[in-house]
Amino acid sequence: MSLRIENLSVHHGAIHAVNDISFTVPKGQLAALIGANGAGKTTLLRTLSGLTKSSHGTAHWNSLDLLQSKPEHSVRNGVSHVSEGKSVIPELTVEENLEIGALWRRNRKEMMESKNSVIDIFPRLGERLSQRADTLSGGERQMLALSRSLMSKPELLLLDEPSLGLAPLVVEQIFQSIRELTSSMGITILLVEQNAMGALKIADVGIVLNLGSVAVSGSASALMADPQVRAAYLGY
Amino acid sequence: MFQILNTFLIGITAGSIYALMAISMVLVWRSTRVVNFAQAGMALLSTYCGYEIINRFGSYWFALPVAMISGAVVAALIELVFMRLLLKHSKSGAIASIAPIIATLGLLGVIKAVIGYIWGNQDVSIESPLSTVGFSLGTQTLALSPMKLFILIAVTFLLLVLTFIFQKTNIGLALRASAYAPEISRLAGIKVDLVRTFGWALAGAAGGAAGMLQTANGNGALSPDSLEFSLLLAFGFIAAVIGGLDSLLGAVFGALLLGLVLAFVLTYVGGSLVFITAFVLLLVVLLIRPGGIISQKAGRRA
Repeated sequence: MSLRIENLSVHHGAIHAVNDISFTVPKGQLAALIGANGAGKTTLLRTLSGLTKSSHGTAHWNSLDLLQSKPEHSVRNGVSHVSEGKSVIPELTVEENLEIGALWRRNRKEMMESKNSVIDIFPRLGERLSQRADTLSGGERQMLALSRSLMSKPELLLLDEPSLGLAPLVVEQIFQSIRELTSSMGITILLVEQNAMGALKIADVGIVLNLGSVAVSGSASALMADPQVRAAYLGY
Repeated sequence: MFQILNTFLIGITAGSIYALMAISMVLVWRSTRVVNFAQAGMALLSTYCGYEIINRFGSYWFALPVAMISGAVVAALIELVFMRLLLKHSKSGAIASIAPIIATLGLLGVIKAVIGYIWGNQDVSIESPLSTVGFSLGTQTLALSPMKLFILIAVTFLLLVLTFIFQKTNIGLALRASAYAPEISRLAGIKVDLVRTFGWALAGAAGGAAGMLQTANGNGALSPDSLEFSLLLAFGFIAAVIGGLDSLLGAVFGALLLGLVLAFVLTYVGGSLVFITAFVLLLVVLLIRPGGIISQKAGRRA
């Protein structure tokens, strides 16, 4: 049981956005994928969830071939992707944003149960169920995007820059919540972040991407101690 | 005073049929981002299906739901086999945004030809199932006949059913989510392709109802080159644009407004100015509030 990526390449025309990447995330671990802007992080996640086509290599979650699976199909097999930038639907209410994550179950009772359990995790959303999502603060929107993803009871979460555009204090809360998802619910997470320090602090393992290739990888604590990584990505 | 009331009644009845047509344009626009000029042909085809049922079983009441169902089936098939291929092949380049719209014009021609082939090119007619003589009020005759009353009730009922579907059901939520944010919807597990087909089917059903009601409300004549249906398309489109093209409520509002304005122009200004008024109204709305009269503050979404 793991996320296994082998020799994966993705091209945008002549550009190698992702170039021959291989790594494994064991079940129940939180992996931080860090790197500068344009390192290919978002492309990698979009490829894993089926939004973007790969050119070469393989990617599997357990026995599911991620490269052959459409996003709506992957969700049904426990893989959920929260795309970049507070991905909620502003015109819908908070409650509707949650519900769309579990519509595919076609089961009202399970939907209610999922809703109650995510509200337990993020009580602030529970107080705002009937509000439109565009009335929420940035942090609340990110919580909502995460919660919608949890509505599908994922085993593997692909998170794209949940800290983007949030105040430092809010970032810390969001990161704590993400850590909890792995620690107490056992969800395997691949977390893409530009906030390398924050991500490595909560991660079990870290992978550093540079120009589409894996530059360094290892345990998160080892990476944080690595002088080269510190100089290049952590800024101290 | 009495004439004002009668003009109002005529406008509301006509407007309520435009509303069905406008809604079918909006439903297709929301799900596929295509302005569907074939909608008139699809409505015509479903009305011919209704005509066939009346011919065989003699009942307009049975023909009306059959026309709606056949409209839904035809629309779903067009989306499945035609639009999907078309949108797949026209993804980039200058032609991409316009090709599907031009293609719907071609489709309109094809549908008319098919109708002519099956039912012939000469006029056929659908008799109004209810009296078209207005109720009397004292010595005067209201412009509200049993048929017009039925149209108002039927349209109101259909609008309530649509509202229920959109606001209270899972498929309605999926329709709204897919229209606003297709990618997020896919990531949430919604089969956006399937939802799109369902949106077209709803549009086809609304168009079928509009065609059946319009034909019974008018002189009952039906032909592949029906001017009545071309006008229905034009007025439905204008109403949809007035309402912002994205909003079902806006489409209904635009249609009622258009129906009323045209009825008052017809009564108080003259019949020759009716069409010009509709298009002037369209231009004024596009020039002053291109997002529609009751557009949301975010405006029309790309």
